[in-house]
Amino acid sequence: MASLDDAELEKLGPLAGDREARARRVAVFLGALLIIVSVASLATGASGTSLWRVLGAVLSGEEIATRDRVILFDIRLPRLTLAILVGAALAVSGAVMQGLFRNPLADPGLVGVGAGAGLGAIGAIVLGGLLPVAFQEAAGYFLVPLAAFFGGWSTVILLYAISTQRGRTSVAVMLLGGIAIAALAGAISGILIYMANDQQLRDLTFWGLGSLAGATWIKVATAAPLIVLALLAAPFLARSLNGLALGEAAAAHLGIPIQRMKTVSILTVAGATGAAVAVSGGIGFVGIVVPHLLRLAIGPDHRMLLPNAALLGAALLILADMIARTIVAPAELPIGIVTAVLGGPFFLWLLLRNRSLLDL
Amino acid sequence: MWDASDIRVKLSGNEVLHGVNFAARPGQVTAIVGPNGSGKTTLLRALTQEVEYSGAIALGGKDVKRLKPWELADIRAVLPQSSRIAFPFTVLEVVRLGLLNGSAATHSNIPTLALSRVGLDGYEGRFFQELSGGEQQRVQLARVLAQVWVPVAEDAPRWLFLDEPVASLDIGHQIEVMGIARDFAGAGGGVVAVMHDLNLTAIYADHVTVLAGGMCLATGTPSQVLTDETLTHAYGCHLRVNTLPENGTTFVLPHSVRQAG
Repeated sequence: MASLDDAELEKLGPLAGDREARARRVAVFLGALLIIVSVASLATGASGTSLWRVLGAVLSGEEIATRDRVILFDIRLPRLTLAILVGAALAVSGAVMQGLFRNPLADPGLVGVGAGAGLGAIGAIVLGGLLPVAFQEAAGYFLVPLAAFFGGWSTVILLYAISTQRGRTSVAVMLLGGIAIAALAGAISGILIYMANDQQLRDLTFWGLGSLAGATWIKVATAAPLIVLALLAAPFLARSLNGLALGEAAAAHLGIPIQRMKTVSILTVAGATGAAVAVSGGIGFVGIVVPHLLRLAIGPDHRMLLPNAALLGAALLILADMIARTIVAPAELPIGIVTAVLGGPFFLWLLLRNRSLLDL
Repeated sequence: MWDASDIRVKLSGNEVLHGVNFAARPGQVTAIVGPNGSGKTTLLRALTQEVEYSGAIALGGKDVKRLKPWELADIRAVLPQSSRIAFPFTVLEVVRLGLLNGSAATHSNIPTLALSRVGLDGYEGRFFQELSGGEQQRVQLARVLAQVWVPVAEDAPRWLFLDEPVASLDIGHQIEVMGIARDFAGAGGGVVAVMHDLNLTAIYADHVTVLAGGMCLATGTPSQVLTDETLTHAYGCHLRVNTLPENGTTFVLPHSVRQAG
């Protein structure tokens, strides 16, 4: 058949309907945005420590004041790193879930990650005191995050087992099963809340609203491996997720090993969101708003969508965290409130503005 | 060539194909016809490994079940009946999904050529969701053509499996699409198509398999198979087959039903 060589193709210029070049420009822009908000985040905070003073000291070889060093390297930097990891994890997980369910409104919450993690966290807060003292001391501050992670992770695995029959996972069963399991987890959480005392209720509420406060390098080190692993796995799902948009049968005809990609997708999402929820609580909207916004800007091609979602998710969460810790300084707002206040109306505006294209 | 023997398929416990034999040769358009519920699409789905079946399906003597999804995808492309796509992809992006070699696909001009082949020049930038049903069907055909763009690769024929390829098309585009199938077979590839239109089948098919009630009723050339007796039996109504005086092509007019009554 006729075929043009590269030189002739160059002359034709970019094709209509080809959004890859735009997606690349958006990626460069988001990368720059991420660097800018990261620096801004390091430079702002309730204390008077100035990033520039510290940088000046580093450059001139002076000794950095201990207080400055602690604030910058032990408080702001781990918090920034955690915001990047959690933001990227939530946004990429959202995009993968939406691709897997072929529904732009899907969210990791649909497969029970949030409900399971919530149950784990509530269980740890309310019943943690009943554990052997030695175990409590060993787990320390990690009791709640660990319980949240195992709650979220085991819910997803249970759901996956329920919806897989004879080696085939039914996405519809998963979706409906997720609702049932979330309801069940909610009921058990309700019993625990009923048993809780006032202090425990307060802890619960704050955990549910999400926060990056109390980020330490140890917390970062706990969440990072799973999130980084998931972020590295995600690009390998991109082509499969694109094919899946045509339906499972058509995707299989394109040579995509459907069952394997489902398994990898679910493990990726469970790992990334499980780890993210464990260290930051319930932070909503990032997983839905970020992929949505990007689909409108660069289209639904997952090869471009997933890396851009990681960049934008990270940048947005850093911004939300900056607002959360400065708007009522020296106190701090739970970051989940900030993402909901920003994300909710923005999401509605997106929907109203693009109804024709979103009508699937 | 494809050789399927004693194919049985159960859907939710009911056997819908009762031991069908089927063969398709490269260089030919093979049509599967029959009334609604006769098992045409189910047979196509068994051939494309979409449903579980008992019996044997061999491609060039090798059991198809042993081929990996990506190996099969390199050999044959499948046009589905329905064409809903999640997310707002552009036409170009949809056709590119047919290209198998990931990043190299970006710089290929095959999608543009494939769109031109189905009469959709200049549609690259349109949104798939905003097209009419017939246009969507042709975009899907372009995607499928892009997947097996060269009908014979490395001395092995490639295959098009088409499930009612002309279902939502006007008569002009029906002829155009059947012409594409004809050309693909003419260039050495193979085509297997589930067809509803007996006249298009008579014009464009080299080989026809008639299914009825999940069994193979007849198989052969259009003039051998499309007979009064077979069609009346298959469709449960009195059909009269005629031939055009100039070239002997078979045709069936529904008018014959009323004349007979």
